[in-house]
Amino acid sequence: MRPEASVQLGRKQASGLKRSARKEWRRGLPLYLMILPGFLFFLIFRYIPMGGVLIAFQDYSPFGGFLNSEWVGFAHFARLFGEPDFWGLFKNTMILSALNLFLFFPAPVLIAVVLNEVRLQWFRKTVQTVIYMPHFLSWVVVVGITVILFSTQDGAINKALINAGMPPLEIMTNPDYFRATYLIQNIWKEAGWNAIIFLAALASIDPTLYEAAVVDGANRWKQLWHVTLPALRSVIVILFILRLGHVMDIGFEHIYLMQNPLNLSVSDVFDTYVYRTGVLQGEFSYTTAVGLFKSAVGLILIVFANRLSKKFGEEGVY
Amino acid sequence: MKISYDSRGKDPLFTGSIYLFLLAALVCLLGPFIYVVSSSFATEHEILNRGFFLFPKEWTIEAYGYLLSNDNFLTSFNNSVVITVCGTAINIVLTSLMAYGLSKTWLKGRRVLNFMVLFTMIFSGGIIPTYLVIRELGLINSYWALYLNSAIAPFNLIVMRSFFQTIPSELEEAARIDGCSELRLFWRIIIPLSMPSIATFTLFYAVFNWNTYFYAILFINNSADWPLQVYLRQMLVVSSSGMEEQAGAFQYTPAVKMAAVIITALPLLVVYPFLQKHFNKGMMLGSVKG
Repeated sequence: MRPEASVQLGRKQASGLKRSARKEWRRGLPLYLMILPGFLFFLIFRYIPMGGVLIAFQDYSPFGGFLNSEWVGFAHFARLFGEPDFWGLFKNTMILSALNLFLFFPAPVLIAVVLNEVRLQWFRKTVQTVIYMPHFLSWVVVVGITVILFSTQDGAINKALINAGMPPLEIMTNPDYFRATYLIQNIWKEAGWNAIIFLAALASIDPTLYEAAVVDGANRWKQLWHVTLPALRSVIVILFILRLGHVMDIGFEHIYLMQNPLNLSVSDVFDTYVYRTGVLQGEFSYTTAVGLFKSAVGLILIVFANRLSKKFGEEGVY
Repeated sequence: MKISYDSRGKDPLFTGSIYLFLLAALVCLLGPFIYVVSSSFATEHEILNRGFFLFPKEWTIEAYGYLLSNDNFLTSFNNSVVITVCGTAINIVLTSLMAYGLSKTWLKGRRVLNFMVLFTMIFSGGIIPTYLVIRELGLINSYWALYLNSAIAPFNLIVMRSFFQTIPSELEEAARIDGCSELRLFWRIIIPLSMPSIATFTLFYAVFNWNTYFYAILFINNSADWPLQVYLRQMLVVSSSGMEEQAGAFQYTPAVKMAAVIITALPLLVVYPFLQKHFNKGMMLGSVKG
């Protein structure tokens, strides 16, 4: 609605002020100056690195730089796909991503829907404040708290379990627990925060829809199913698509901080592999190829997801 | 909206399930946090022997005393304050200036610039090229690497741009007729009108800067310059997992680790409730899209 209105306004202004291109340029000059610092940021720190992916097709040497290193074609990609680790990385990335898409994603919807049914305003406000809290903690703190509670010998919960004669939960050392822990930490930290957007959508539901449902004899559960959830449909579709486009981005900091030599078989993903092999071992060209593969898959997915949403009659993201 | 609740019918089972669910959520969210807070005030003996508890039997502030007299901890706290204040200032100035410029629909080249911003949200060069650019610019070990590399979050820029577009243009026309320059208009009229939005984004950027860990270990090699998150990580993991035991890694008592977690988390936790009412706006929604 709003952008269209302002486009019309812009047109009206443009026709009213029909002047030479130079006048328009002069009018825009202060605005271009305001944009300039941000423009330089995007150019230098986002677009030059994008051009820098060319070193994925080179043997980068610090002396040759981006421009004068030797070209090797697809050799680094061939190495990646031939690497015995590749399928492990791919599988780990996809599994964690699937957990995010199918198990993390519904959590904020559930929270918003439930919170929306609360009548007591003070209770609702309090719950909101508390569920937003973990979003403001860093991953270092969240992983730190996990260690404090679950480290095998002196974690508080494990100590309580041992004192009660039960076996400890070896969350930090047993790789079988890694994926579940990853998911639960994600939900604990971000589900409440991600509910905001759904709460906003719920606040705009027309109350007469509920009244009509009551007249038709719908109880509270049925109102939830037939009025509340359908109202969230388009938000859910759009956000799901945005997530789908970020299938390959599964939270570097989180995973890196949870990673240790014992759980590497399930916790190693493309990002951590790139960091370890690239930055720490200096294999710049090869790991740029790995990163490019990752970005390309993400780009394809977002284009695909956008098509999909238009097919479903939703608006799409761009 | 409030009236409609009562007309929607009473169902004790439904209401009961709702409240039970939320109470369970509160317990899961607050439980771990309360344990960390109260054990930071507990004695070492109690932490080592008692397992999970919500209130210590014996209170002590020894852990906080120790941390506040620990030079390394104070240095890294100070580093984090510097990074957060300078970084957030750069973030908010660059973001609001660019967002305002792009909010003018009559501006030539606006579409191209908007696309340039949006595209960085769906494609990036990746960690290594970014690292190499920072290195070529000689910014490794400088906080400028942190400030500049994350100067603008495209999502925040887009949301802010949409916000500026909602400001009625009659207001600006009036000011312009009075001979107000574009910069003066921005400073005197637009900024004061946008204070809630600016405060919210200042918080979002401050959260990012205060909590940053990855970019700090990527760009900063000198341990005296490390921010609090990196130092906290060293305290918590290196000294307790025993797996990355390094020469000189120091064993901290449990209460000291808990106190360090609390001090690291506290600055943001005391601020966000005051800005909470601004989070809930539909502004997040309509503007996800370009």
